[in-house]
Amino acid sequence: MSSGQLFNFVTIGYFAAMILFIGFLATHSNVVAKLASYCAYVGFAVQTYAIGLRWYETYQIPGSDGYAPMSNLYESVVFFSWTILLIYILIDWKYKQRAVGAFVIPFAFLAMTWAQLRLDDAIAPLVPALQSNWLTYHVITCFLGYAAFAVACGVSIMYLIKVRKEENAHNSPAGGIVGIFPSSKILDDLNYKAIMIGFPLLSLGIITGAAWANYAWGTYWSWDPKETWSLIVWFIYAAFLHARITRGWAGRKAAILSIVGFAATIFCYLGVNLLLAGLHSYGS
Amino acid sequence: MSSQQRSFLNSVWDLFCSLKLTIFSLIALAVTSIIGTVLQQNLERKQYLTIFSEDTYNLLNRLQFFDMYHSYWFIGLLTLFCMNLICCSIKRFPRVWSMVHHPNLTPSDQMLKTFSNVDEKLVTGDIKSVSEKMAKFVADNFAVATMHELDGNTYLYAEKTRYARFGVYITHLSILVIFLGAIIGNIFGFKGYVNIPEGGSIDRIWLRNVPEPLPIGFDVRCEDFSVSFYGDSQRPKEFRSVLTIVDQGEVKIDHRPIVVNDPLNYKGLTFYQSSYGPAGDGAVAIKVKVRGEEKNDAFTLERGDEVALPNGDKVRLVDFSPTFRNFGPAARLEVVPEAGVKRVVTVFKNFAKFDEERNGKYIFTLVDFKQMYYTGLQVTKDPGVWVVWLGCTMLVLGCVVAFFMSHRRLWVVINDQKGKVGVRLVGSAHRNQPAYELYFDELKNKFRDALSKD
Repeated sequence: MSSGQLFNFVTIGYFAAMILFIGFLATHSNVVAKLASYCAYVGFAVQTYAIGLRWYETYQIPGSDGYAPMSNLYESVVFFSWTILLIYILIDWKYKQRAVGAFVIPFAFLAMTWAQLRLDDAIAPLVPALQSNWLTYHVITCFLGYAAFAVACGVSIMYLIKVRKEENAHNSPAGGIVGIFPSSKILDDLNYKAIMIGFPLLSLGIITGAAWANYAWGTYWSWDPKETWSLIVWFIYAAFLHARITRGWAGRKAAILSIVGFAATIFCYLGVNLLLAGLHSYGS
Repeated sequence: MSSQQRSFLNSVWDLFCSLKLTIFSLIALAVTSIIGTVLQQNLERKQYLTIFSEDTYNLLNRLQFFDMYHSYWFIGLLTLFCMNLICCSIKRFPRVWSMVHHPNLTPSDQMLKTFSNVDEKLVTGDIKSVSEKMAKFVADNFAVATMHELDGNTYLYAEKTRYARFGVYITHLSILVIFLGAIIGNIFGFKGYVNIPEGGSIDRIWLRNVPEPLPIGFDVRCEDFSVSFYGDSQRPKEFRSVLTIVDQGEVKIDHRPIVVNDPLNYKGLTFYQSSYGPAGDGAVAIKVKVRGEEKNDAFTLERGDEVALPNGDKVRLVDFSPTFRNFGPAARLEVVPEAGVKRVVTVFKNFAKFDEERNGKYIFTLVDFKQMYYTGLQVTKDPGVWVVWLGCTMLVLGCVVAFFMSHRRLWVVINDQKGKVGVRLVGSAHRNQPAYELYFDELKNKFRDALSKD
């Protein structure tokens, strides 16, 4: 079976996980939650294998020296969804907040759907500019960072919903979908923890990108739109980290900053390539 | 200084130390940075005028939007950000330094009450033996403690990863170090470029926006340039220049291939494969044979070149074309005999027998047509780059320390409580309180076990 077919199964797995997680919010049934987690974990395992398989497939192209499958838009979107699951699973193991899945798995599902339906999945050997080990270091660190921010964004959305519900109905205990949300304090903490993981990774991603640019072109920073947007994302999360310890900025404003940060992340990742010109345009 | 002036200065100082200013400058930097990604930077005035009206152009130009990352206001924002960083570090660092190097070994009751992780127990026995028992407990379960006495109280103090408190300051300092590296690079470094035709050599390079070339003090020769493709596709696989460096007449680096992602360093300068293009018209390789003889003579000629044949006749390359009508590469040669009339012959690469059938004195063969290239090299010197990497390393390490490590302290206070011995356990972590609470709860259980055992 080819990696492309396996990625279809992965997409279906994440779709099932997403539906089941949403079902869990509605039913509060632990069986549903377990099934949802099971789908997500199996999907992740299959995806891990499929990425390895695609790596192997890159060596099978005539005249190609093989490469880590992270070099074009399709491969990066697939890898992005894989990193989202990786960070989600880490946080799930550590903090065991099942409801979070309903707000994080959709990002991975959307990414896989887009990749499988709309993007060109041809394996193309690397052009000279991309023939560097820095490519692998740069992509892995950036996307792990992005994935942590995706988790933080999902948790922040939950936080805002939870806080609004708590304010509207502070007399009656919150029921319905919000009922099994973790408390706003835990959500705030999860948001912070995810960004704590993401921020050093993003910094490393920017640094490896700069190191690579210096090695390939002789300048570590040229205010190219991609570089600048990654710095914008960095500024926003740096603001978040400081906002959390500032009176009047913790809680809701921090959650909004986290969502804005993720929107900027997505723009940095996709918007720059699709809308603006620059060094990374060949990467798509 | 009047008290009014002093209070004004104080409030300015407080502003520069404040987190609100940090958040403001970070968000302001994020928002303003967008401008330069939407508006193409450093184009010619002409190019902007095709997009904007004269008035809009003048306004945007006055706001320095066309080179915004080097504008006064953007550098001003960065400076404000750095000032904020420096001020708040100056304000907080000495306190943290003394807390780390001179921990409060005998805290007052009042101070101990500010900590939320506390446990207390009354036991029988004498203070000395209980203290020793507790010292062993702390050493076994946490870290080796120091013992002090003050006003009839016995204090045990132990701590772990006290340097975690410096993570934030390492991170802050790292940003200043990166800026320092960038400034060093801007002052003492340069970025230039040079084109070298195959077989050619240069000893000076061009800087952007500088009319005069810059001598580099040694020669760089381009021995060869080549492009290769994947299979029959148009997808480039490799751009390769082979360079030789000659310094003071001595070959220092011989035939070193450079490709994209593998530059060449010499004397602080780095040469990057950056572009290429056709140099001159190209050259043709021809073979000449005198009819009836076996010997072949081979020549490579550029347009207009003339060579002498062994018998004194001359051949000149009049013209050539990589594609002559539909016949492929062709060359027109002029044979100039020592005495007699010039004759012009045309040879084709794809029809090797064509000239032989002409029955002339010479038989010409067009062996190959070669396009000559120049290689475009980016040349940079940046003595600040190592400072930048140092700053980057500090940034990542600082973040990891600041986020994932915590300075944990533990006090045990032992004193006489109306004939019994009171033992108080107080713990504190400088960050990640929820995790520390869990840890302290477990420690409390062990603490009670240790005291009840006898």
